[in-house]
Amino acid sequence: MSATTLKPPSAERLTLLGWLRKNLFNSWGNAILTVVAGWLTYVTVRGLLLWVFTEADWEVVVTNLRLILLGQYPIAEVWRIWVSMALLAFLIGNSLSIWGKGKTSTRFTVLLMAVLVGLGFVVSGPSRLWLIGMAALVGAGWFLGRSAGKTMRNVVGIGWVVWPPIFILLLRGLTPAEGFLPQVGTNLWGGLMLTFMLTIVGIVFSFPIGVLLALGRQSNLPIVRWFCITFIEVVRGVPLITILFMAQLMLPLFLPAGLTIDRVLRAMVGITLFSAAYLAENVRGGLQAIPKGQYEAAYALGLNGALSMGLIILPQALRLIIPILVGQFIALFKDTALVAIVGLFDLVGIARTVLAQPAFLGTHREVYAFISLLYWVFSYAMSYVSIRLEDSLGVGKR
Amino acid sequence: MTTDKTPIITAKDVSKWFGDFQALRGVNMEVKQGEVIVIFGPSGSGKSTFIRTINRLEEHQSGDIIVDGIELSHDVRNIEKIREETGMVFQQFNLFPHLTVLQNITLAPIWVKKWDKARAEEKAMELLTRVGIPEQASKYPGQLSGGQQQRVAIARALAMEPKIMLFDEPTSALDPEMIKEVLDAMIELAKTGMTMLVVTHEMGFARAVADRMFFFDKGEIVESGTPEQIFKAPKEDRTKLFLSQILHH
Repeated sequence: MSATTLKPPSAERLTLLGWLRKNLFNSWGNAILTVVAGWLTYVTVRGLLLWVFTEADWEVVVTNLRLILLGQYPIAEVWRIWVSMALLAFLIGNSLSIWGKGKTSTRFTVLLMAVLVGLGFVVSGPSRLWLIGMAALVGAGWFLGRSAGKTMRNVVGIGWVVWPPIFILLLRGLTPAEGFLPQVGTNLWGGLMLTFMLTIVGIVFSFPIGVLLALGRQSNLPIVRWFCITFIEVVRGVPLITILFMAQLMLPLFLPAGLTIDRVLRAMVGITLFSAAYLAENVRGGLQAIPKGQYEAAYALGLNGALSMGLIILPQALRLIIPILVGQFIALFKDTALVAIVGLFDLVGIARTVLAQPAFLGTHREVYAFISLLYWVFSYAMSYVSIRLEDSLGVGKR
Repeated sequence: MTTDKTPIITAKDVSKWFGDFQALRGVNMEVKQGEVIVIFGPSGSGKSTFIRTINRLEEHQSGDIIVDGIELSHDVRNIEKIREETGMVFQQFNLFPHLTVLQNITLAPIWVKKWDKARAEEKAMELLTRVGIPEQASKYPGQLSGGQQQRVAIARALAMEPKIMLFDEPTSALDPEMIKEVLDAMIELAKTGMTMLVVTHEMGFARAVADRMFFFDKGEIVESGTPEQIFKAPKEDRTKLFLSQILHH
């Protein structure tokens, strides 16, 4: 075992038995806990593995994979999603080499490429080419970042800013019906793609709104302050699901007849406003952590209120709350599942339609296990990015 | 050293309350261009509050303060103009921890004075050389000692090319061995003819460069005069008592 290759000099050298004794069996109570926990772990893991590899029938996922990932997006237009994903693959590879840390980021990159190639061999047809192309782009981005790190830094930053609108534009299309990039109605959006879309829009818009609300709450102008406080407290006081229901069912009552707002758009607005209210309070917490001396130093240098806030206070406050922000964004990603209840076909919504297919009745466990895995993979990726971000921004902190 | 020019700072009957507590009771002071003023007194005597009213970090509630011909009022533009002309050094340094030393110094010249980056950085390096730490330019404040941080803070204030420098107990938060390096930088600055208001208990500094000294107690000026007068022949009992306490501890 590794205990024999590790050789600390002292008599304290840990053998496997010594380690076990010290960490797991150092008292009667702990010995019992160890045995019980070990047995529980064995039983659950064994059961899970047996189920995954022998009992579960993954046919339902394989057959409906396209539906789960893309919803009813027309096959002829699926290339747009692939193009967006290819751009994303390049950006991810690029970012990993520029911001990632040494070995971990290399391993992560190789793993990502391996997963993409592996998926490429599982699927067939043009998807295989796209997936292998994406793997190649991850690698290309990685090498480009390695060789020209400094100059790529700005490029990749801009890339992340322009990617979401490009993604949305490509999916939505440009011209009404025929012609170049015909529009694809949001009623055809679904699956993981819709979940993504709701999350991206939610994050991109709730962030600036949340920051403005937090600043507005501290404003000297009573009207601004009271508006912000009212908004935050009202939105925080109701569950997201009620906001979604109101957006879907009540909003049409207030709008003039004939004017309809897209259902997906309504959900996006609901999620964004909900998230913004919570974000505002988190940002406020960050602002309160900044010592008064920082404001005074900024003012004493002649910076006006806006410059002090933008250059001195906010950068520090936001840095402090990165873990909270990412936690909130992960929560938002998972909360989008609620739109299934108001009739949109996100991951959970599409899972229900899959389960309603006569051929796959009673495959709840397989379907929900699979979408849980999808949720977990992306949540974990966000969490990883957050830790990297903290590390790279933490230089020279107090 | 004092010339017969019009005063650069005029404080007339300045009073300030924090709630019911009166921190300043009708303070009068005139400071001429190039003068070095030392303000001292027991804690809670209003000395810090007073110099903080000069760049409006504290708002005075009655009386007039005129800095370089600009009257401090609620007009935000006047306040910003006065802040551009006065540099301030704080007890707790208050450097910006998320920026490097160089960025700390160039920030205000670039954003307030609209200098281009090259010019601001050249000025910053010149100032860092003057305070003796040009090699620290690319570090973050958290990586420096207290004395080095305070010298960066002096360089940061000087980068705006102020006419007046305010020092609010600049050495009180420093370890004893670091006080000298900061005082040396301040003495050097005083010799260039900078108008300085210094709240401090460093009487060696006062002897070396002060033109006049003001003793504050309970929100008012008890006594003022040249260092010679204050140290050799203080008139008021309160001054005598305080000086004996800080000189023979």
